[in-house]
Amino acid sequence: MKRNWRDFRPPARALAIVPPFAWLALFLLVPFLLVLKISFADLKFGVPPYTSLAEFGDEAMRVTLHVRGYVLLFTDSLYAGTYLNSIKVAAVTTLWCVLLGYPVAYYIARSRPGLRNLLMLAVILPFWTSLLLRVYAWVGILRNDGVLNGLLMWLGVIDRPLEIYRTDLAVYIGMVYAYLPFFILPLYATLVKLDLRLLEAAYDLGARPWQAFLRVTLPLSRPGVLAGAMLVFIPSVGEYVIPEMLGGANTLMMGRVMWGEFFTNADWPMAASITVVMVLLLLVPLAIFQYGQVRQMEQAREGLR
Amino acid sequence: MADGRLAAQQYPGDPDAFVRVVDLVKIFGDTVAVRSACLSVRRHELFALLGSSGCGKSTLLRMLAGFEQATSGQILLDGEDITAVPPYRRPVNMMFQSYALFPHMTVEANVAFGLRQEGVAANEIHDRVFEVLDLVQMAGYARRKPHQLSGGQQQRVALARSLVKRPKLLLLDEPMSALDKQIRQKTQIELARILDQVGVTCIMVTHDQEEAMTMAHRLGVMTEGRIVQCGTPQEVYAFPASRFVAGFIGSTNLFTGTIVVDEPDHVAIESEDLARPLHVSHGVSEPLGMEVHVSIRPERMVVSRGQPAGERNWAHGMVSHMAWLGRYALYQIRLDSGKVVEASVPSQALSQTDAPGIDDEVYVSWDSDSATVLAS
Repeated sequence: MKRNWRDFRPPARALAIVPPFAWLALFLLVPFLLVLKISFADLKFGVPPYTSLAEFGDEAMRVTLHVRGYVLLFTDSLYAGTYLNSIKVAAVTTLWCVLLGYPVAYYIARSRPGLRNLLMLAVILPFWTSLLLRVYAWVGILRNDGVLNGLLMWLGVIDRPLEIYRTDLAVYIGMVYAYLPFFILPLYATLVKLDLRLLEAAYDLGARPWQAFLRVTLPLSRPGVLAGAMLVFIPSVGEYVIPEMLGGANTLMMGRVMWGEFFTNADWPMAASITVVMVLLLLVPLAIFQYGQVRQMEQAREGLR
Repeated sequence: MADGRLAAQQYPGDPDAFVRVVDLVKIFGDTVAVRSACLSVRRHELFALLGSSGCGKSTLLRMLAGFEQATSGQILLDGEDITAVPPYRRPVNMMFQSYALFPHMTVEANVAFGLRQEGVAANEIHDRVFEVLDLVQMAGYARRKPHQLSGGQQQRVALARSLVKRPKLLLLDEPMSALDKQIRQKTQIELARILDQVGVTCIMVTHDQEEAMTMAHRLGVMTEGRIVQCGTPQEVYAFPASRFVAGFIGSTNLFTGTIVVDEPDHVAIESEDLARPLHVSHGVSEPLGMEVHVSIRPERMVVSRGQPAGERNWAHGMVSHMAWLGRYALYQIRLDSGKVVEASVPSQALSQTDAPGIDDEVYVSWDSDSATVLAS
């Protein structure tokens, strides 16, 4: 094949994706590198509250990497426990989002088009109010003298208020509530595109509706389930607001520990180490997994053309 | 099922019918998709339902498959009433227009789907899947996914998948519509050959009259939710029952006139479009003076520069348009009455004579056995 000058010119597509990537580099990659730098510094009183990594003196540049934060992370069981607990909370949240969100997304995707848009609007509607306000509303609902307990006692279902507020259960309720739309949206997009003739083909070949669901709908909606689960799981791991407002003192999550190190203990290097380890341990493997999934889908789509 | 057999006996029609559709009606909201369709298909027969889009043929096929519930009427298969049987319990399989192959499964898994659903033993599934893949010459592609196959290959897999359960009735929904025009005709003959080899009873739906005539043993022409004529391709082409069928199966020249002579072996019809009466060499049941239509196919029209002998079955006119189509040339000739008729002249005949061109004066003539009288 003969090459001409066009092959060396950046295609218009590349130019179009420069601004968002520049934005991400500036506001995601650069801050992360700063955090990485701070994680290797030592605690110091003053502004900023940490030492610099490189020092000049005696015609030599001395680079000192402090690993106090990392050592503490791997020796103090508090941190390992917090990591595990964060993953547990995120996993349970994701599981509930899958169990509750799948039927909702399925029902919406199978509704007639007019109703479908209305139902999607209802799913997105909560985003019109700030998350903080919505979580405050849950405080009002779940408190011992809140709406839920009031209703249940008025109905005579219970005699004493249920202790939900400031427990793990309250955190789960709040998290599932807040993240459910993030699961429903990508799954709905996958389900609504599913060719219904494939289901007819399955019925035609002897599959009952539930068998057709298990063997056709479910495997074909896998990309939507995975995308939704990622969108729920990843931010759930580092969630701060919901455990802080609804959880008890012993609901330990990464977000709260980070907050504590930064603002209560003013130990920036420690907080930075926690962040770095979380990113490397959790998010990088997930990002690689996600990349593999996307590539697989792209290949399948290219093949269809 | 006893009442199903009873209904089969009550229905007057082909006693050998394997598939029987009795007064089938389907109404969606306030539109009638299928109104009182009646149909008999024999065992091992390849039957084509032919009609333009929206004529109800697809709805009829979907009722045969069980995807749509009939509003009223009956479907009998091998003497059994299957009208209310859900699709997953019917001994009927369908090859979909878009093939509807499962994109997440290999060719082998696609074909095996129906057998697994039946609970057939694994080694038997393997044997039967490869037997049918061999039949469609796709055994070498068993591990591929559908998106790695060409349109023609996907069609063969879809055919294999619909045959592997050995259905009593196979349905084909526009089997060629997703293929390129070049490979269509070859595929039509190949598909008809495989279906004959398997001996499966088959009902196909198509809007393409050539496809129906190439593949089917018999065909039924559908319009406005009704099957208006059934017969072999030759019968329907030579003796269309109505103006609609005459125009739909091939093109035709129609003359409107009244019967002036009615003898057992011929009739004469006077038409405003023709200076001389039309002679038709078959008798009709219509009375004298009744208005009828006469159909003469373009290939039965003879074009000549000289005046034909005799006093009937010819007309004078002028060539208004001519199209060279390779095997034949299509002439449009404006008769003296203003009526435009079409005549197709084989290339061979054209090269032998001094071919008339546009604005040339010509005569068109036809034999009295070339014309067919249509009552409606």
